[in-house]
Amino acid sequence: MAISREDVIYVAGLARLELNEQEIQDYTLQLNSILDYAAMLERLDTDGVVPTAHAVPLHNVLREDEVKPSISHDKTLRNAPDAEEGFFRVPRISLT
Amino acid sequence: MVVADRYEMVCGLEVHVELQTKTKIFCGCTTEFGGEQNTHVCPVCLGMPGTLPVLNREVVNYAIGAGLALNCEIADFSKFDRKNYYYPDLTKNYQTSQFDLPICKNGGLEIEVDGVKKWIGITRAHMEEDAGKLVHSGETITTSDASSVDYNRAGVPLLEIVSEPDLRSIPEVLAYLEQLVQILEYTGVSDCRMEQGSVRFDVNVSLRPIGSATFGTRTETKNLNSFSSVRRCMEYEIARQARVLDEGEEVIQETRTWDEGRGITLALRSKEEAHDYRYFPEPDLVPLVIDRQWVEEIRQTLPELPRERRNRLQELGLSAYDAAVVTQTKAMADYFDQGLAQGAEAKGLANWVMGDLTRLLNSNQCQIADSPVSAQQLVELIKLIDKGTLSGKIAKSVLEEMYASGKDAEQIVKEKGLAQISDEGALLGIIDGVIAANPQSVEDYHAGKERAIGFLVGQIMKATKGQANPGLVNQLLKKKLSD
Repeated sequence: MAISREDVIYVAGLARLELNEQEIQDYTLQLNSILDYAAMLERLDTDGVVPTAHAVPLHNVLREDEVKPSISHDKTLRNAPDAEEGFFRVPRISLT
Repeated sequence: MVVADRYEMVCGLEVHVELQTKTKIFCGCTTEFGGEQNTHVCPVCLGMPGTLPVLNREVVNYAIGAGLALNCEIADFSKFDRKNYYYPDLTKNYQTSQFDLPICKNGGLEIEVDGVKKWIGITRAHMEEDAGKLVHSGETITTSDASSVDYNRAGVPLLEIVSEPDLRSIPEVLAYLEQLVQILEYTGVSDCRMEQGSVRFDVNVSLRPIGSATFGTRTETKNLNSFSSVRRCMEYEIARQARVLDEGEEVIQETRTWDEGRGITLALRSKEEAHDYRYFPEPDLVPLVIDRQWVEEIRQTLPELPRERRNRLQELGLSAYDAAVVTQTKAMADYFDQGLAQGAEAKGLANWVMGDLTRLLNSNQCQIADSPVSAQQLVELIKLIDKGTLSGKIAKSVLEEMYASGKDAEQIVKEKGLAQISDEGALLGIIDGVIAANPQSVEDYHAGKERAIGFLVGQIMKATKGQANPGLVNQLLKKKLSD
């Protein structure tokens, strides 16, 4: 299998997910079957095919540099789990 | 600690510069600095579900301009990617950046240290969004269990400029940074206000035994915001790594932070996996195709860059030092060029700009762009000296008066009667008086004491309140004395 149990634990850690033993086993199987399915693509000859950067055949969707109104303080903080004096409040981050 | 006898330092830099757009990179919120917290935000930069970013055209223009000024190739095809990590200064848990197809690559710039020129490669420069700011209220930083976040800066456009590991000494690093910031300031892509965090530096440092062909293990110290912090941080980090290596231990590859107050670097508490950003193409933004015409349009808008300006001014007779000083900022270089356009001679103009004008500007904490004395006015003053209307000494006080009042030199000279006395008849009368009043000095002069003439000239200058034309006084006095 391409995805090991350790890979699943590692990726779950990156995604800040806490998995129980059953979930680790389930996701290991499921992720492998997804990758096995996608591996069919490897049978195609992709020599000379430029890697796809985007699924939609568009480019250069741009806007002019013009200021638009921002939203109100009330709206900004309405969904904040915690706020104080106009700031979002988050659990303390210790860098070192 | 001297380490240069055992180790060679290798350094590469990442420089983040805020681009000078009116709005953020992916939404219309203002980029203005210093607004009330969380007032320059909208659903896009707050990362609300269902919102879509749209790239600001001006960000691309500035990135192309900076790339050209830094001798980079501009990619005809480039795209954005998501850089995933969890930190509360990001609203989306990813930063929209560019990974494998950056807009600029393979550039560089030339530095000069102690007369030795060296090319420093620039690997790439890419567009990305800035993060918000974590604010800790000072007194509670250790006791508080929460941090405050302001997202006004989230989404401000950045250009990240990555150098090759070509730098071998702190002076080289500082020369590179000074050049880089100067070029960015000239091209107008950024205001480069370091005190506002417009430019930030990540410094990669490693040591290797002298003669070694492979690089040692490096550390990366992030988010320095001044040249002096870069210098101090590097001095510390070089000494620290040398100590580790001297003890036979290994440098750990890690991200560190600079503690300005204590003057030390500290390892950031981060597991190795924190560096696994799991980049993938940003599905919400379509690719960017830049044709040659677009690049050429931007090229046309670029000003003459610092190095070209310095060379041109040296050809006009300025020393390398003078040329470097008057091109330090684009504003000063433009002022100087305006002066040249008024017909000033380069060296004389440089002396006034670097000397008295700079002194007046500094003591009034004024930028040259806001100088009350225009380049044209300064040149008129210099021309009055050249014509013999003003002595150099009096011109200095006239400049001060011009600075204070904004008046033209000629007007001040007229109002205050400061014009130099170059009328022979008037001067001869004064000279006769001084000779008559100082027989001893005249005698000394005739006895061969050359110094005596200096005293007599001084007396004449005093009698004319400094307004006598000194050259003419000398000439007339000598003639009189030899009669």
